Amino acid sequence: MSVTIYVPRDASARSVGADEVAVALAEQAARRGVELRIIRNGSRGMLWLEPLIEVVTAAGRIAYGPVSVADVPSLFDAGLGDGAAHPLCHGPTEQIPYFAKQQRLTFARVGVIDPVSLVDYEAHEGLRGLRAALACSPAEIVQAVLDSGLRGRGGAAFPTGIKWKTVLDTPATQKYVVCNADEGDSGTFSDRMVMEGDPFVLIEGMIIAGLAVGATQGYIYLRSEYPDAAAVLDEAIAVAQQAGVLGPDVLGSGRRFDLEVRIGAGSYVCGEETALLESLEGKRGIVRYRPPMPAVAGLWGKPTAVNNVVTLASVPIILDRGAAHYRNWGAGRSHGTLAFQLAGNLARGGLVERAFGVTLRELLYDYGGGSATGRPLRAVQVGGPLGAFVPASDFDLPLDYEAFIAKGAIVGHGGIVAFDDTVDMAKMARYAMEFCAIESCGKCTPCRIGATRGVEVIDRLLAGDRPRLQLAVLRDLCDTMENASLCALGGMTPYPVKSALEHFPGDFGITDAATTTSPGPGRP
Amino acid sequence: MRRDQQTGLSVHGAHGVYGVRGMSDTQASTAIAQTVQRALAAHADRPGALLPILHAIQHELGWVPREVVPAVATALNLSRAEIAGVISFYHDFRSEPPGRTLVKLCRAEACQAMGADALAAHVKARLGIDFHQTRADGAVTLEPVYCLGNCACAPAVTINGRMYGRVDTAGFDRLVGGSES
Repeated sequence: MSVTIYVPRDASARSVGADEVAVALAEQAARRGVELRIIRNGSRGMLWLEPLIEVVTAAGRIAYGPVSVADVPSLFDAGLGDGAAHPLCHGPTEQIPYFAKQQRLTFARVGVIDPVSLVDYEAHEGLRGLRAALACSPAEIVQAVLDSGLRGRGGAAFPTGIKWKTVLDTPATQKYVVCNADEGDSGTFSDRMVMEGDPFVLIEGMIIAGLAVGATQGYIYLRSEYPDAAAVLDEAIAVAQQAGVLGPDVLGSGRRFDLEVRIGAGSYVCGEETALLESLEGKRGIVRYRPPMPAVAGLWGKPTAVNNVVTLASVPIILDRGAAHYRNWGAGRSHGTLAFQLAGNLARGGLVERAFGVTLRELLYDYGGGSATGRPLRAVQVGGPLGAFVPASDFDLPLDYEAFIAKGAIVGHGGIVAFDDTVDMAKMARYAMEFCAIESCGKCTPCRIGATRGVEVIDRLLAGDRPRLQLAVLRDLCDTMENASLCALGGMTPYPVKSALEHFPGDFGITDAATTTSPGPGRP
Repeated sequence: MRRDQQTGLSVHGAHGVYGVRGMSDTQASTAIAQTVQRALAAHADRPGALLPILHAIQHELGWVPREVVPAVATALNLSRAEIAGVISFYHDFRSEPPGRTLVKLCRAEACQAMGADALAAHVKARLGIDFHQTRADGAVTLEPVYCLGNCACAPAVTINGRMYGRVDTAGFDRLVGGSES
């Protein structure tokens, strides 16, 4: 009897024992004379169930999780190979409500296929977008992306088609496509999951970008904290080269596209696109003045399309199914889907791809199951360390770029970090300033000096040293950082600070009156 | 590509911590010079070569000794100040040799929401060092890290490049076992 079991190679699954479970499954199968084939897939995104293994049966893939090494003998005893009942069995994977209620476009294959098998990729609609793009002119590809309404998924939400059109319309002997895979925001891991679970979709998206803008060289700037993603990408790129998907003659079209992974070195600010380009050039990751925009003068001064991983990975399906198909998902001016990442203090953390317009409450409770600790949720931070804290009273806010901006918050990359009622929001505000001070590139004064002064003034505020004065100074400092910083690091660090102050003044030891009336001159 | 025999996965640079301990000064400086030559031969001709070169050096030695600066500067036709500036800018590049065990603890928000601060206090007490320190006996180095992308399985820790999730204080003690002594 032959059994096929999927065991994720995703870094999260490995961090909680997937490798050990794979070894234990192989040993147990050998001992029982069961012929076992293990496929190391990406994660399905139900990370609270990791390691989540899936057994292939006539009724589809049956999920078991979270599986530990100690569970393996009892799984075989129960009849794992037939998808039999067991306390860890969740039935067919795709019928688990968390998964079944998602709208997976970009993540359609993640967790489903063997990430480094091009055969598997093509069997699941892979390369269809690229083949469609090869039949189009560059302007037609750009128009399709424009029409789809796709906006940068890295956080800034800039329309991808407009960026590409600028690169296309800028004449140059050499252009580049750069993938920003420096996903440094806490609470975000969707880039990592794409790269580890479906690297070919990113490669395909980058080739299409190259065809669209006239670039023959691509770079993936990957953060060093993601060694597993580096390994999968290197393997997938080698396979794609071998198969003629990458290289001098992309799928026999006569068009060239080469791709290389470059590893960052632990700098958060290198997620800012101009600092990233400096780093790729081998320099300190110092933010550049704009203009010129990278689309006009980017890597080595050449026109460069810099796009985030999920943005590029969303392009193949747009070319394959058409702009209208993608555009019809979503709400308002936020078209398509976003891969929300549920993180921090939640019972069911993981990845949920849904069309824009889903509310925080649905994500936090219907999917996330409330807090992991069983205590009430008090606040969530959306969009990484530069995102605002949203209090429980605003959990009905729909996730839509414009709806969040109207509240002084950001959707960003779709990372959502939940905190229960034990969180000290003053400490979180202080941490935001401290993080900015650690990661500032140092080029502009508001960020370099402001963040350090921010930590000091919050310390004085919390020590009860002339609180009304400190509050006025802190607000003034936030205003300066927000309006005078060169990039989003200094410019948005005030978001978590101001939102914490606004919604949780008690944590700062100040009364409501003191927060709403800022003291005038001479009224410390 | 190297593959792990048991798991069937390819093994990428694990940011090894194989220093030059146990060698005499002369042996060590010869080893360092050879490492630099290998790194330059592999990467110097690539555009934007400096980060790949520094990563290659640190991958072999576990750190980037000051004495590599002149050779790298000459090979890339850059000033020593530019090389030193890049080394000091990036958190990854270590200017001191790390301990035999390198522990990195995530301090970012998602891990904080699941008790990373309490874990950090425990780890510091257990190892007897603060962040950015190496214990006097060279056994262990503790570094903070700001997000490992394991935010749904927090708190996250890496030990010698291997990541662990859902780490509580007892779990940490099991992981380090006797390796820090």
